Amino acid sequence: MRLDIILRVAAKFILAPLLLFALYVQFHGDYGPGGGFQAGVIAAAAVILYALINGQAAAERIVPGPLVERLVPAGVLIYAAVGVVSMILGDNFLDYDHLAHDTVHGQEWGVFLVEAGVFVTVFSSMIAIFYAFAGRRPT
Amino acid sequence: MTLAVLQHHLPVLVVLMPLLGGLLVAIIRHPAASWPIAIAAAAASLAGALALSREVAANGVISYALGGFPSELGIEYRVDAVNVLILVVVSFMALATLVFARLSVASEIDEGRQPWFYTMMLVATAGLLGMAVTGDAFNAFVFLEISSLATYTLIALGRDRRALVAAYQYLIVGTIGATFYVIGVGLLYLATGTLNLELIAERLPEVTSPRALLAAEAFILVGIALKLALFPLHAWLPNAYTYAPSAATVLLASTATKVAVYLLARYIFGIFGLHREFGDISGASLLILLSLAAMFLASAAAIFQNDVKRLLAFSSIGQIGYITLGIAIANSDALTGAFLHIANHAVLKGAAFMAIGAILYRCGSERLDDLAGIGRAMPVTGAVLTIAGLALIGVPGTSGFVSKWYLVAGAFDAGKGWLALMIVASSFLAVLYVGRIMEIVWFRPPGRVALAAAEAPGGLLVPMVALATLTVLLGIAAYWPAEMAHSAAEALLGVRP
Amino acid sequence: MTFVETLASEATRYVIVIVMVAGLYTIIARGNLIKKLVGLSLFQSSVYLLYLLPAKIFGGTAPILDDRFEVYSNPLPHVLILTAIVVGIGTLALGLALAIRIKAAYGTIEESEILARDAARAEGKERGA
Repeated sequence: MRLDIILRVAAKFILAPLLLFALYVQFHGDYGPGGGFQAGVIAAAAVILYALINGQAAAERIVPGPLVERLVPAGVLIYAAVGVVSMILGDNFLDYDHLAHDTVHGQEWGVFLVEAGVFVTVFSSMIAIFYAFAGRRPT
Repeated sequence: MTLAVLQHHLPVLVVLMPLLGGLLVAIIRHPAASWPIAIAAAAASLAGALALSREVAANGVISYALGGFPSELGIEYRVDAVNVLILVVVSFMALATLVFARLSVASEIDEGRQPWFYTMMLVATAGLLGMAVTGDAFNAFVFLEISSLATYTLIALGRDRRALVAAYQYLIVGTIGATFYVIGVGLLYLATGTLNLELIAERLPEVTSPRALLAAEAFILVGIALKLALFPLHAWLPNAYTYAPSAATVLLASTATKVAVYLLARYIFGIFGLHREFGDISGASLLILLSLAAMFLASAAAIFQNDVKRLLAFSSIGQIGYITLGIAIANSDALTGAFLHIANHAVLKGAAFMAIGAILYRCGSERLDDLAGIGRAMPVTGAVLTIAGLALIGVPGTSGFVSKWYLVAGAFDAGKGWLALMIVASSFLAVLYVGRIMEIVWFRPPGRVALAAAEAPGGLLVPMVALATLTVLLGIAAYWPAEMAHSAAEALLGVRP
Repeated sequence: MTFVETLASEATRYVIVIVMVAGLYTIIARGNLIKKLVGLSLFQSSVYLLYLLPAKIFGGTAPILDDRFEVYSNPLPHVLILTAIVVGIGTLALGLALAIRIKAAYGTIEESEILARDAARAEGKERGA
């Protein structure tokens, strides 16, 4: 823990751009390659990097394990809820046409919300997998 | 939402209900809340499936475009006479299993893991229902993997450390099977440019490269055969059934392989055609050969097992042989028999595994020798096991008789009287292994375990007795299920579009 | 066709088949549970390539409609494989988790040793009974 000053400093520089890049990938998904899957993995990578440098306990203070385990189903729930809302609005499941004032904006909103759900699930799944493997005590 | 709107969304609601239920259980993660949510979700799903079956009987095929995309681009859920039967069977068995699960799970699984168990049960159910309802080849793969991953987890929750190895082996084999399937689907997509099963069938005649189709067919059929444990590909099944928690075994044995059989029938009749020749042999004769091997060899292996769950697992492999035999004979009667057997076997194997689960709950053992005289201590459980055993043999008055009757009639109809003889002959093997259980359960003097046992509690008895009663009812008044199975057979054969 | 295009269309197919068979061979031939999972991942990766190969069109751009472009890549296989990759990650994570639990329960991750230990225990039980 004392000989890794380069790692610590480098990590500090990388972390913020990493999270920013995740947001960029998430929101730029409308105009170019990107979306919730990729952004979720990148954001999770930031947390995992933090855990690698500062230890899992420090990482769990920021992103607690129980929270992560609930975010996994919550993301899928967001996805499914968008589908249910579109059903209530009179369309088929996951048909976003009536989520906004016209179909183009409706589709944009639908994809945006669904991608948010995907982001939450992918982000938390990756961290949950990491916690599960890294947090294992030798038996 | 009015009822008509709800009706319109039924194909997706049937799958969505257990999925949402599973998510809720995982978010709340309270042992007390898990079971009611699971029951509500499964009941809603069953209600949806029953409503769908009424609608299909009245109006024919229902098509539902997910996301409102045309079927060429998007995913189409397509409910017809064939898969509505599967939907009813799966959702019904899921509900019965979950009713049974409350006490069984409480005694077999750590409290902290119980919510996860219910989540996985519901997700597996949603995956199986999705496989049945979807009309999209790749979507079927996704649902196949959803249900499989949940299943591996369920098996690994078993108490014995061998459950872990069983889950691992099933994971490897199951993933190979699913990957084979997806390779085949990829080749079909390259050849036809679509993933919709109906459109693939429409465009197949235009495909210029027969080799690509042959490869696609081989990959898809072998992949599905791995999942349904068709005879030489069954090695994963006995360990998985034996070491999984009782409730998980009930769900697996009564639904998982059945949905894979449905998918096999869908591909054989809907897309590839049964009578394609591979060199000198036709697909049909190969399937008949493998079915016969399953009926005789797996049933024979069942006779020599010392663990009741493993015995019933081998019996399952044999019974799947009857179903695939009906598919291979491929006339109206035989297919009716095959689909009836899908439903009947689901119910009777469910009852049998529930009885074993109840014995495990009271005695903590499922070794055959420990069950000596258990029938006197647990008469109702013993009676359920007996009824299920008689139905496995195919005794008149039980559901097993009806489905075998149709199979035999189909064999004669196809001019293959010797197959009818084989069906009857293999039933004698069932007499042997069922007889072995019966002898131990009823006629041996009660052993140490049986003397300490008491009748199973009501929470376990109710679903068990319900399934056993259904087994008898389906054998006496077989009109309604036979009608459903018959229209499924006709739909597959294309007699009624 | 330029050399690069030939290489891309022909060589990739051979690579796909080689990776596929190598993965399958590893699953069957290796007794180590982790190595089997490596084989499984290779096997699945070959399928990703199988889908992506015909989806990539030379000169094609991302399928977001715009007046400046005429040729687009086919988005469907990409989306399908994104799904398949996610499924693959789930399978791999579950497989590794099982391998860890097996190691904790048996003290080994060699298939032959696991089977031997189970057999030995079953024998011991028979003798004890």
